[in-house]
Amino acid sequence: MVGGGRMDRVRRNSLLNLMALLLLAGILHLFGRYGTDYQIRILNNMAIFITLSVSYNLINGVCGILHLGPNAFIAIGAYTSAILTMSPMEKQMNYIIEPLMWPFSVLNAPFLIALLAGGVLATFFAFLVSFPVFRVRGDYLAIVTLGFGEVIRVLCNAFQGITNGPLGLKGLAPHTNLWWSWGVAAVTVVVISKLVNSSYGRAMKALREDETAARAMGIDPFKHLLTAFLISAFFSGIAGGLLAHLITTISPTLFTFFLTFNLLIMIVVGGLGSTTGAVIGAALFAWGGEALRIVEQPVQFAGLKIPGIPGMRMVVFSLILMIVIIFARHGIMGRHEFNWDWFFRGGNRAISSR
Amino acid sequence: MRFGGLAAVNDFSITLHPGELVGLIGPNGAGKTTVFNMITGAILATAGRIIWQGENITHLPLHAITARGIARTFQNIRLFSDLTALDNVMVSFHHKLRAHLWDAMLGLPAYRREEHRMREESLEILQEIGLAHLALEKAGALPYGRQRRLEIARALATRPKLLLLDEPAAGMNPQETMELVELLRDLRDKYSLTILLIEHDMKFVMRLCERIKVLDYGNSIAEGTPREIQSNPDVIKAYLGSQRHA
Repeated sequence: MVGGGRMDRVRRNSLLNLMALLLLAGILHLFGRYGTDYQIRILNNMAIFITLSVSYNLINGVCGILHLGPNAFIAIGAYTSAILTMSPMEKQMNYIIEPLMWPFSVLNAPFLIALLAGGVLATFFAFLVSFPVFRVRGDYLAIVTLGFGEVIRVLCNAFQGITNGPLGLKGLAPHTNLWWSWGVAAVTVVVISKLVNSSYGRAMKALREDETAARAMGIDPFKHLLTAFLISAFFSGIAGGLLAHLITTISPTLFTFFLTFNLLIMIVVGGLGSTTGAVIGAALFAWGGEALRIVEQPVQFAGLKIPGIPGMRMVVFSLILMIVIIFARHGIMGRHEFNWDWFFRGGNRAISSR
Repeated sequence: MRFGGLAAVNDFSITLHPGELVGLIGPNGAGKTTVFNMITGAILATAGRIIWQGENITHLPLHAITARGIARTFQNIRLFSDLTALDNVMVSFHHKLRAHLWDAMLGLPAYRREEHRMREESLEILQEIGLAHLALEKAGALPYGRQRRLEIARALATRPKLLLLDEPAAGMNPQETMELVELLRDLRDKYSLTILLIEHDMKFVMRLCERIKVLDYGNSIAEGTPREIQSNPDVIKAYLGSQRHA
């Protein structure tokens, strides 16, 4: 195959990507117009989960680091953006036990700025913890990040003057709509895919495969893991802000390890290391979470009345995770990525060599 | 170099001249790989110095030493198994990448040009080493001999001046071994490399190396041309044990 053919293919794929985005926009528009609140809610959830799982997969799947503290960055993003979008009046109504500390009490910003601030602050915290975190690897790193996630949650409970403690923040403006959530999801997927497919992404994968060998080939582990960690934290923070303004009420209980665990299910089921897999996993989780509500409803069976068991969905999710881990360890996608060439397979998988 | 109470490499000194092909031999456990690990910074030497082109690199981290032009292969193959052969080689070009992270993330022309060049050069190296037709295969799926060659390709891609090969002929059949001798000579001439290699296959070492250094229990016991080494009594003793005469 000659070089020109390759360029044509690149151009064709960019065109198809653009068309797919337009199609997505069309679908969102239709749902925004004719969809029920319930459907829109699920779609928003789906987009936020996609943002979270794709950025989480960058660490766990691509770099091969078992990071168990994304809930911390989501919490930081959520609280930061919430405090920034609330008007001083709302703040006074919310903080009844202990008033909000100055200068947070007077700060006020539009939604976009608030989201970005959430992302930036999450990135800043990620930078601070990266030094102790990346001194260790494997199980030790998992424990350190798990601890960090818990610490942030406990701090959210304790610092009443900033986070309003266990009372949480209520009555946030419902800024998050389909355009915000899916816009952010699209940007996240595009940016992270570009990164993963670049030379930097290749270096991260090399670190995952064999850190000693990667170092011997000139790759600085700290620099690359830190890069991935910061980018991941940034998008997690933004997704946290979106989440806060979607459900309009946040409290520390929202950001427990449970949230991390759900993300872990998404990326493992989708296929660790695959961005496509992370998207599919998140979409299935958001949709499945609602579809599985039937298992929690009371059932009439052969004259017997079985009452609904709340939380049954999570049992089903855990079962699915176990089945995936036992029988399909590589998840839905393995480490493969979606590729337009699948549809145009004309025997030109050969590499361009002169 | 000491590991706790064990002195793995005790008294060892070697000077390499540009363009030399030097063999490092010795019985199992003599400390040969430890010497490699110290030179490349995989482990930090507890005593002694490593001078590279006038610079003391004893305490530099692994990746910094690679950036200064020392590359290695591993005794127990350590390829990036889940990446393609081509990607394995391209990884080695990364430390020279000039384009910034954001160039890569935005797919800017500055980055795309470099990526293209890295790809071309990697294919060239694969071609040279005889693996071009396997470029898109996963490294872990290649046959053993090919994996050894891919390790050499990957090390070459860092553009080293000194290449350290840890048992490059291990597991190869006699014909592959002889091909490797030719390949290494060609590579040395083409890239003006200095090569230091560890090998147990004596035929291979004697045929390829111009100078041989022998290590036993962490001490150098002999040095010289293949002919001198073959007839050195200390070397024979180290390999075969001492012979008691009546």
